[in-house]
Formats: sequence, C-alpha cells, structure tokens
Amino acid sequence: MKDKYDGPILEIDNLSISFFTRLREIPAVMDFSVKVMPGEAVGLVGESGCGKSTVALGVMQDLGVNGRIVGGTIRFKGRDLSEMSADELRRVRGSEIAMIYQEPMASLNPAMRVGKQLMEVPKIHRGVSDKEAYARALQVVTDVKLPDPERILQAYPHQLSGGQQQRIVIAMALMAEPSLLILDEPTTALDVTVEAAVVDLVKELGQKYGTSMLFISHNLGLVLETCDRICVMYSGEAVERGSIADVFDEMQHPYTQALFRSIPLPGADKAARPLRAIPGNFPLPHERPPGCNFGPRCDYFVEGLCDEREIPMFDVKGSDRHTTRCLRFEEIDWHAPLSGVEARDKTEPGKVILRMEELKKYYEVAANALFGRSGETRVVKANETLSFEARESETLAIVGESGCGKSTFAKVLMGLETATEGKIILDNREIQDTSIEDRGAKTVSEIQMVFQNPFDTLNPSMTVGAQIMRALEIFGIGDTVAERRERMLSLLDLVKLPREFADRMPRQLSGGQKQRVGIARAFAGDARIVVADEPVSALDVSVQAAVTDLLMEIQREHKTTLLFISHDLSIVRYLSDRVMVMYLGHVVELGTTEQVFAPPYHPYTEALLSAVPIADTRVAKEHIVLEGDVPSAMNPPPGCPFQTRCRWKSKVPGNLCETEVPPMRQMQDGHQVKCHLSEEEFRGMTPVIRIAAE
Amino acid sequence: MGLFILRRVGIMLLTAVCLTFIVFFLTNLYPNLEKLSKSQGNFRMSDAEVETWLGNRGYTQPLLVKYGQWLGVMPGYVIEGSDGELRGRCFETGLPPEEAPTFCGVLQGNWGFSTVFQEPAGRIIGEALALTGKLMFWVMLLMVPTALLIGVLAGMREGSATDRSLSTVAIVTTATPEYVSGVILIAVFASSAVGLKWFKGTATQAMENATFENFFLPVLTIALYGMGYIARMTRASMAEVMTAQYIRTARLKGVSFPNIVVKHALRNALIAPFTVIMLQFPWLLNGVVIVETLFNYKGFGWTLVQAAGNNDIDLLLGVSVVSVFVVLVTQLISDIGYVYLNPRISVS
Amino acid sequence: MDPLSWAEIITRVLTQFLPVWVSIAIVFAVSITWKRKLGLYGKMFDSPIGMIGFALVLFWVFTGIFGAMDLIVTHDSLGQSAFMKNEVPGTPLRGGDESAYPYYLLGGDNLGRDVFSRMVDGAWVVVQIAPLATLFAFMVGITLGLPAGYFGGRLDTVLSFLANLILAFPVILLFYLLVTPEIVETGIPSYMATVLFVFPIVFLAVLLNSRYHTRPKLRTPLLVLVLGLTGWLYLSLISQAGTGVEVLPQALDLFDVPGGILVVFVAVVFVNSPTVFRIVRGLAMDIKTRDYVAAAQTRGEGRWYIMLWEILPNARGPLIVDFCLRIGYTTILLGTLGFFGLGLPPESPDWGTTINDGRRLLQIYLHPALVPAVALLSLVLGLNLLADGLREESLRD
Repeated sequence: MKDKYDGPILEIDNLSISFFTRLREIPAVMDFSVKVMPGEAVGLVGESGCGKSTVALGVMQDLGVNGRIVGGTIRFKGRDLSEMSADELRRVRGSEIAMIYQEPMASLNPAMRVGKQLMEVPKIHRGVSDKEAYARALQVVTDVKLPDPERILQAYPHQLSGGQQQRIVIAMALMAEPSLLILDEPTTALDVTVEAAVVDLVKELGQKYGTSMLFISHNLGLVLETCDRICVMYSGEAVERGSIADVFDEMQHPYTQALFRSIPLPGADKAARPLRAIPGNFPLPHERPPGCNFGPRCDYFVEGLCDEREIPMFDVKGSDRHTTRCLRFEEIDWHAPLSGVEARDKTEPGKVILRMEELKKYYEVAANALFGRSGETRVVKANETLSFEARESETLAIVGESGCGKSTFAKVLMGLETATEGKIILDNREIQDTSIEDRGAKTVSEIQMVFQNPFDTLNPSMTVGAQIMRALEIFGIGDTVAERRERMLSLLDLVKLPREFADRMPRQLSGGQKQRVGIARAFAGDARIVVADEPVSALDVSVQAAVTDLLMEIQREHKTTLLFISHDLSIVRYLSDRVMVMYLGHVVELGTTEQVFAPPYHPYTEALLSAVPIADTRVAKEHIVLEGDVPSAMNPPPGCPFQTRCRWKSKVPGNLCETEVPPMRQMQDGHQVKCHLSEEEFRGMTPVIRIAAE
Repeated sequence: MGLFILRRVGIMLLTAVCLTFIVFFLTNLYPNLEKLSKSQGNFRMSDAEVETWLGNRGYTQPLLVKYGQWLGVMPGYVIEGSDGELRGRCFETGLPPEEAPTFCGVLQGNWGFSTVFQEPAGRIIGEALALTGKLMFWVMLLMVPTALLIGVLAGMREGSATDRSLSTVAIVTTATPEYVSGVILIAVFASSAVGLKWFKGTATQAMENATFENFFLPVLTIALYGMGYIARMTRASMAEVMTAQYIRTARLKGVSFPNIVVKHALRNALIAPFTVIMLQFPWLLNGVVIVETLFNYKGFGWTLVQAAGNNDIDLLLGVSVVSVFVVLVTQLISDIGYVYLNPRISVS
Repeated sequence: MDPLSWAEIITRVLTQFLPVWVSIAIVFAVSITWKRKLGLYGKMFDSPIGMIGFALVLFWVFTGIFGAMDLIVTHDSLGQSAFMKNEVPGTPLRGGDESAYPYYLLGGDNLGRDVFSRMVDGAWVVVQIAPLATLFAFMVGITLGLPAGYFGGRLDTVLSFLANLILAFPVILLFYLLVTPEIVETGIPSYMATVLFVFPIVFLAVLLNSRYHTRPKLRTPLLVLVLGLTGWLYLSLISQAGTGVEVLPQALDLFDVPGGILVVFVAVVFVNSPTVFRIVRGLAMDIKTRDYVAAAQTRGEGRWYIMLWEILPNARGPLIVDFCLRIGYTTILLGTLGFFGLGLPPESPDWGTTINDGRRLLQIYLHPALVPAVALLSLVLGLNLLADGLREESLRD
C-alpha cells in the first residue's frame, strides 16, 4: 500500500539529458531543476523543441537507445530514479508515476479491448484477480464520466471518439492511484470544447485522488487554468520558475515577457494594439549561442555580459520560490510600456466582392466505406444554406470545430468541388458550378489558399523558388523565365524572406518560413480573396504572431479579402472584422467581431468562448462545459444540430429543438443567430468573458 | 460479412474465368494445334492434312465455342469427319455414341485426356496434387513458424546484434532462388564430391515413402526462399509496432518486456505478415515447380513442366485451372483473415 | 603442366578481374569524396550494408561490361574442347593452340567449355537485360499506377482487376505459355512488345508536356525532338523481319534484337509491371492527400502535372528501393527461364541455363553448376543489400 511521504514528490536537480547521433552529441535538456510537492500541479511551458517532453521521458527513464542522462538527479519520493534497477523501475511505472500523452488513439493498443488494457494495470502492480480488476476498471471508467461503462470496456479503441479515448487514457493512468501524473500535451489533438471538458476532468480527479501533476503544454492559457506553479523553458533550459501569479503578472525573464506579448490576449487589436512577434528564430540544439540562449532575440541583450558565461538561476527576492535565468532581471523595468510597435490605421472594408447565397454542398457516400461501392448510400450534408458576403480588405473569420464543414466550404469556393445548390457570386459572376479546370487563369489566381500544415504545404522535392515560379507560370504572369524570377524574388521580399531562400529546398526551412513561402505562393497572382485554413495553428506561439502580422500587412497593402478559418477564438478576436460560427455544416451565428463576442450569443458560441483558455490572470470566465462529443457529420441529430449538447434546450418550449431546424434570426445591425430561444432569453444572457478592472 | 465474402467469391470466379480463357486461348493457338496434330497423327502430314485432322476433332471451331465446350456450358461437338468416322467430345470408348452426355466440360468433372501420359487428365492432376500437398504441408510446417520466430526475434529489439545477424540470414535466403539453393544444398549434403552424403539428392522415393533423408532437402529448398521473405516482413512489422506509442504506454504502465512482446506487440505485428504468407502461394507454386524438377519428385509442378513441355493441351489447361484456383482461394482466405485479425476493420 | 593449386587458382582469378577492381576502386573513391553532394546516392556510403551491396553489384556490372569487351574472359564461352570435359578447376588446357590461356581456371563443363568464361559472359546477359527490363516495367507500372491511385473510381477498379489477374498467374506457367517457339511463331510476344514499349514514350511525352505546356516556345521543339528520337528507337526495336510486326523499312531499322531475347524481355516486363503498378498506386493514394497536392489543384494545375511532378518525385524513395529489389527479382526470373530452357538459346552462357546444364551431373561434378549458382546468388544478394542500405538511409533525417 502507498506509504505516507510528505517531502517533495518529484525533485529534479540540475538535470542534463543528451541525445547521441552518429555525428555529435545533442544536448536536449541542460541544468534543469524543478520540484513538485504533494498535491501540487506544475506546468511546464515552452515552444516545440525546448525539451519539455524530454524532461517527462527522463522522469520515466524512457529515453530510448540514443538518449542518456548526462548530469543531475531525478528523485521520486526521495529515491533516485536513475539508480533503480529495471525491476524496481517497472514497479514504479504505472503504479506510482503515470503518464498521459498527446495522441490518445496512438497510445491505446488497437488490437486489445479497452477493458483488458485497463485491467492490466492492477493485475501487474497488485496481483489482483480478474474480477477485482474488472470492478476497479468499471469504477474508474465511471469516474472519468464515460457513458455506459460496461459497453466501453468491451469496445476496441477505434470504436470510441477522440474525447472518449483520451478519457480512457486518463482512466488507465488513474487505475493504480499514482502519486504523480505526467501529462504531455494531453489535449492538443482534441477539439476546443472537448478539450475544456477533459481539462476539467483532470483537475477534478487530481483533487479527488490527491495526485501531483506535471503538466506539459505549449498553451499558457491551459496552464493558467490547471496549474499552481509554472516553469517556462527555452531551448533546453528552464528560464523562469514560480507560482502562476508571479510568473504571469510579475515576470522576471525577457523570454516570458516576449511570449506574453506575442499571444493575442483580450484587449489586443490588430490596428490599435498589435502583437509583437519575437524576432529571429529558435536556435537549433547544436547551434545554441554562448551565454544566454535567448540573447540573440532579446531586447535587453548586452554584449560582453549576456554572452560571456553560462547563466545560473537567480532567486527573485520577496517571492515564493520565484527564480529566473537572467543576469539583468533587477535592472530591467518590467512595467515599461511596449515600444517599437506602432498602432496602424484601421482599414475600412470596401465593396462587396464575394457573395454566397443559400449555398449547399451534399456528398453521397457509401454507407460502409470499406466494402461499399454497391449497397445503400448516405447523404452527408457538409454545408447547409450558407449565406454571407465578404468585402474588399475585410477579414471574415470562419470558426468551428472538426466536422463543421469549413473545409468543404473552402473546396467549393476554390472550385475543387461544385456546389449542390445555391450561388457563389464573385464580382457578379456565378462560379458555383464552374470547377477549377474551367475557370480561367485569372479567376483561379484571384482566389487562393494558405494551408494549415507548414510541413505539408510545399512540395518537398522542388526548390522554394521553383514552386513560386511555377505558380507564376500557371497564372500567366511574366513572359520570360528571367521576368518570373524577378517577380518571384520580389514575392520573397514581400513575405520578408531573404532572397537566398529561392534556391533552398523546403526541408531546410523552419515551419514559419515554410508558411511564409505558402503565403508568397498564394499571392503570386495578386489574389483578391485568400482562404487561410488555420494558417498558424501548427506554428509555435512566437512564430504565430509574426505570420499573422505578415498576413495582415499584405492584406492592408493589397486590399485582400481574407477568409480566415480557425478554431482559436483568441486569434479570431484579434484579427477579424466579422465572424461566422459554424457547427455541423450550419452557420449558427454571423456578425461583426464585437457582436459575436458579446451577448446575446448562440449557445454554441457561448460554450466555445468559455472553452478557449486565456492566458490572462485578470480574466474571469463563466464556466460552461459541454457534454459529449461533436456528433458525426455522417449521422447528424434531427432538428437543431446543436441540440444534443445545448444547455439552453430546456428553455425552449416543446420539443422544438429536436424536431425543427431553427430559422436564421436577424438581431440588430445584421447580427444573425440560428436559434429557437426567445427574445427574453437572449436579452438575459451575460458575458462569458469578463476582465477584472486593473 | 456474408455479403463481403459473396462479393469476393464473385470477383474470384470472374478472375478464374478470365484466366482460364487466357490459358485456353494461348494453348489453342494454331501452331500449338499443328504441333499436336503432328505428334498425335503423323509427323509428315501436309498442311491440308493437318487441317482435316484438326477439323475432324473439333479444333477448328470458333474459340469461344471451344471454350464453352471445355468449360461444359455448351454442348460438346459431334462431328462426322471427312474420313467418315463419327467423333464427339463426350464420346467414351466402349459406349455407343447415343448414350454420350450432351455436356462434358470441366464443370461436369471431365478434364480431358492427357496425350503424354495416356490417362484422363483429372486423375493425373489428382495424384500429383496429393503428392504436392504432402510436400507443401511439410514446407509450411517448417517455413511459417521459423520465419515468424526469426522475424519477431529480430524485430523486437531493432538494431541489436540478434537483429543484425538474423536479418542478414533473411536477406541471404531471399537472394537465393530455389534453383540456386537446391543446387548448393545437393552439392554440399548429397554429392559424392563433398562426401557428406547426409541426404538423398533425389526425392523420387519420397513419393511412396517419405523419410527425413529423402524429403528434407526439397522441403528445405522451398522453405528457405519464402522464409527469408516472411521473416523480413515480420521483422519490419514488428519493428514498427515496437516503436508505436501504445507500446510505450504499456512499458510505462509497468508491463515487463516479454509481456509487451507477447501480449501487446505480437497480434498487431502479425497482421501484415499474414497477408504476405497467403500471397506467397503463387510464388510457392513456382518453388514447387523448380524443386520437383530438380529433385525429380513427380508432383504437381513436375506435371506442369511435362504438360507444358510436351504440348499436352488438356493436362496443361487442367493444371492451370487448379493453380489459378489455389492462388485465388488463398487470396480470399487472406482477405477474410485480415478482417478477423484486424479489429479496426469492421464489417457490418 | 601440373594442375594449379587452390591458392594459385584464386590468385589467377583475382588477377583476371584486375580491370574490375580498378574500376570499383575509382567509383568508390570518387563517390566517397563527393558523398555529401550526391543526395541519396551519396548517403548510401554512410551505410556499411549499402556499400557492401553496391560493391557486389558494381563487381558484376563491370565484369559483364569488361567481359563483353573481351578483357576478362580466358576462353570463348561457346568453344568446346573434347579434352576438357568435366575437368576440375585449375586443369591445364590440352589440345588448345599456343596463344590460348593455359588453364581452365574454374574447370570445364560437360561439353568441355570453360566455366570461368561462361560465368563472366553470363554476367553480361544479366547486365544487358535485367536493369532495362525493370526500367520498362517501372514505366508501365507508373504510367498506369499514377492515374489509378490519383483518380480512383472505376478506372482504378478496372486496372487493379487486370493487375490482379496477371498476379494470380503462377510465373512459371505464364512463362511456359508465353515463351515457347510456337507462341513466338504467332507473333503474340511481338504484339505485346509493341504495346508495352509504347509506355515509355507516352510517359515522356506526358511528363514534358504537362510541365512545359505554359511555355509553347520551349515545349513544341522539345516534344518533337524527344518524340522523334524515342519513336525511332521504338520502331527499330519492335520492327523485325519475320515477325508480325514489320513497320520500318530495313534501311531505317537501327538494330534488331534477337527473337529469343525480345521474348524473354517482354515476358519479364509483363510479369513485373503489375507489382510496380500496385506499389505506385498505393503511393499515389497516400501522397494525393497532401496539402501541396491541394495547393497545386487550387492553382489550376493539370492532372498529369500533379501526378508526374507533384506526386511522383515524392514517391521516389520507396520506388528507388523497389527498383533495386526488382532488378534482383528480374535476375532470378531470368535464371528461372534459363533453368527451364525457355527463350534463350540452349548454348547461351547465362547463369540459369548453365545451372540447368550442370545439375545433371551434380552428384559427381560440382563446379559447372556451383559457379553460376554462387554468381547469381552474390549479384541478387548485392542488390538486396543495396536496397536495404538505401531504405535505411532514405528513412534517416
């Protein structure tokens, strides 16, 4: 049985981990220390490649063949983990320390029933009988709030939805009531509303079982909501450590400060208070600068001081275990107003360019994907009666979770698919039935797209320059190769990439640089309408701001209409003029950014707003947790698409929500909401996000 | 599930019809028929005589008609020849022509008559199949477990010394076709020149009485080639599974290494090789042909060579039909088995 | 003269291969010096397995080439000597003239031919046919596999059905049906050659047109040139007096391929293409979901451009690996054909035929069958190791 232990659960001291390749040693974590007390939740924050996951694997002593701990100690309840034998280690793993990963689907064995995977844990660690193990599994599955636990235990992982799978992974981690739970980006693969519910569950269960947590995330907002303390990492080192309040409000490291300035918090505005991107790039592990790793990107860098020697952690006086890895933290005026970022003129939307009228897109799919082809088919209503218009220089955000039909909409607009019904009008021309082959080069070049995944957006076997020149060629721009090359170079200038990049292969570029090339390619033919499909969601926080900024700047100069598809409401609030919220193929709300972000809300918008984590301690949110998952578009519920998860459903008389699709209701000033709720109910709604007065 | 199997069987039958038709077409090309008539009749026949000879025996009918008759969906020909003799496809010696059935094709169980062995083709094929069945049984028994074992052992710790040495063995065996390994094995273990003489260099005696001494070399020869291939597939699949995240989950949940391999990795790792084993059949059939020729074992492969080499049309057709069916049936089994092994594919 | 001892035999054989050693050394020295600039080929020199495989392959390639240039062979591989029947390795030559090489280094076969020279000439047969046949099989497989994978639907169903049809045929049966003198007489292999060899031309034409259709000034002369040249080669290849296909006047016919070789070539291409088709189809289905393909679609690229310039280059890794493996497989197939005495003339020095000749007396005389068997084994092993090395290196980074 668990022994009582009241010292620190986990104590990492000056830990250094390196990976060894054929060519060199690559230090992944250097001089890293952190302490987790009983019942405490510590957040580990940093951008990709900063070594936060390596720390987690180091704690689990699972670094693979190439990784090795080259210095420091990891103590778990006072015992050094690296001195344990394989057998002792095995007894600790799963029973005292458990881990939850990013991809729930990948972390469950696809060929084993869920129940068996859960029951394995107590059977290994406590040697209990099948029956006892089953009882325990049933209890834990009930604890993680999964409906119909008995059926779930009999299921294979692929039969569950993403959210359910992650709950199973959590259940598995809790089977043996561990003292320490390590969560490595546990919600990144999930939809926002599902993420909110899972985070809620983790918090609740952590308290119930008294588990300490090490929460690894790139999302500051999420850490704010879940953790007591935070440790910020940069390029293999911890740069700042302290309680949530200290680090969020009284930060003592330039990187932390720069990070907060580059994320869109409430109050940021693309014209009046633009974001400030961190200049430069994340250093590669074998190209770290001497002295302070953040030095080359830091505003407060002093030559001869910061690059002289390795910098230790300093204690910040008068605070609870608040430390920073900055030599100048006492000299810097942390409250000085942000300089170097000018407010810009707000652009006014021009004439209407694009109009959608009652656009519908249905697919016929075989009912059984694998063995189908013959047999019955099913109609998937990917887009239901979409109507809106977009103006010159306007940013229209399209918000929704997976399966809401935003990608289908983009395909129809681009001409990769033709519409089932309705009209798409571009400058008085109807193009809904013209597929891309039949559109002229001009029309094609006018509507272009920026893709989500930077690692997938460029052809890996063609140089950057060749890809842009190919686009120019297809759009019929320039008569000679030399002319096109000149134009290509000026496009590289436009997206602020050095001209040398023209001859590089995509794999030599970082994610943000690739995304810039993608933008350059989209603007090759002076696009008037650009569909940006989550262009920054796969990028690191500090790069996101720079790429967003670039898009905004090009838009201002070219008067482009930007259709910005995103699930991230923070960024949507920051850059869009109007917002369209979609759910299961329906537009549920449409209005200006102010209208959508303020009551009255559509119930779905309300939940979405509540679900998005905001990295600001001043923000108080109303707590709304949606039950269940987004229904499959193959099998949508009858009536209102949102009725299965709506918390307002009881306020509508009769079973209207379940039988009838609500009409699009005109609120004031063009604000539209698709809901059955009465006027009074709408008027009674309160804001979800409130900012406390400073 | 039923519908799925039905569809597969349908496709399989269609494939079989297409394939047999191709074989029928190729074996019934005029030069082949000419050779047949000369070898059966008289080597000094003139072109006109060949023509009548063939005409009298129904060979000059349109191809589709001949195919239909052979298959047994069209009535067999009855031709009064230019020499006055009445011949019919379905006539049997010793029975009056009136009692002959109308249809007599493969579907009725009539496989034709072998001109080389002077026996009904059906019987020859049956006997040959039994002999080859015996060979294949031992081949499978030796090949599949060994290959899987090698593959799993090599793949469970990628890059280790065990992995490197086992992989090398597997690569060498896949680089050795049966006619090479057979020659080397005979040279080393059966020749008087080396002098080990542990095994017999022919398997003729094994047809009646198979012993370790006279049967091991042919079995090993066929098994070796396929073994390397399956082992490499298993290794690749196993190595991939061992890096999967759910294996890490299992490890970090405290499952011991042997249990990880047996309980978590094995089933997932065997899905891919299972299909491969089944799809090995067309190639195993090749091995059978080579080995039976090399070791003089008069099974199915040997019969194929005799039939093809001597222009024995009916026998060759029969052999083709059987081998095509063997291949198609194993493909069907592989498809169905894949669905059962892999829970991610649901058949509703 | 005394027979040679084993040490002497080995020394003499190694000396005989001198030009091969020099060439291999040069290739390796040059490649290793510039390996960082040579892409995947250069990276292969980081893998010991890949290097061993490459060395083996180079050995046989150079042996074949120099053998055909009469550099390595010691005797005429078809010349028989009544005194040398079944003589063991290292036997001095009796009854030959003064200028001839004084020994049969690896002995004589049952007709008294020099086993060493036959092995060297056998390499030339493989080096001539295997890579080219594999290349043709790839052209066919790619030209059909890309659209099948990219478009899917009915086209895919039909093409996949045809591919499976060929795959369901046991290879030897197919060979026995295709590669017999009677079938050759009907001209069917020539017709098949006519069809199969069109694919490379179609492939090239579509490849260039899809890339350069936006620049007609470059495209038109380029296409005329390439099509003219390949077309002429094609017509020369297929047209042959005496078969069903005689399209080109004799004067313009550049070369004639011996009937036996052509049939073997066609059969091997025919057997290999469905597998290539399946691989390419699978790769195309995977790669077509990538964003860069969507990007090409949204800028209005033609379908063939997407298939040949966006999908194909990114499938090259697995295809190169398979290409190496497939040359090995083709070598095995050629051996099989020789082993059953199909297609190639009976006195041909190719390894399959030689093994078949030698196996009859295998219980007593090992060397006539063992030498070509080991030769074939080492070449295929080399190709497999090379493929393995390439696969490993292409997966890295």
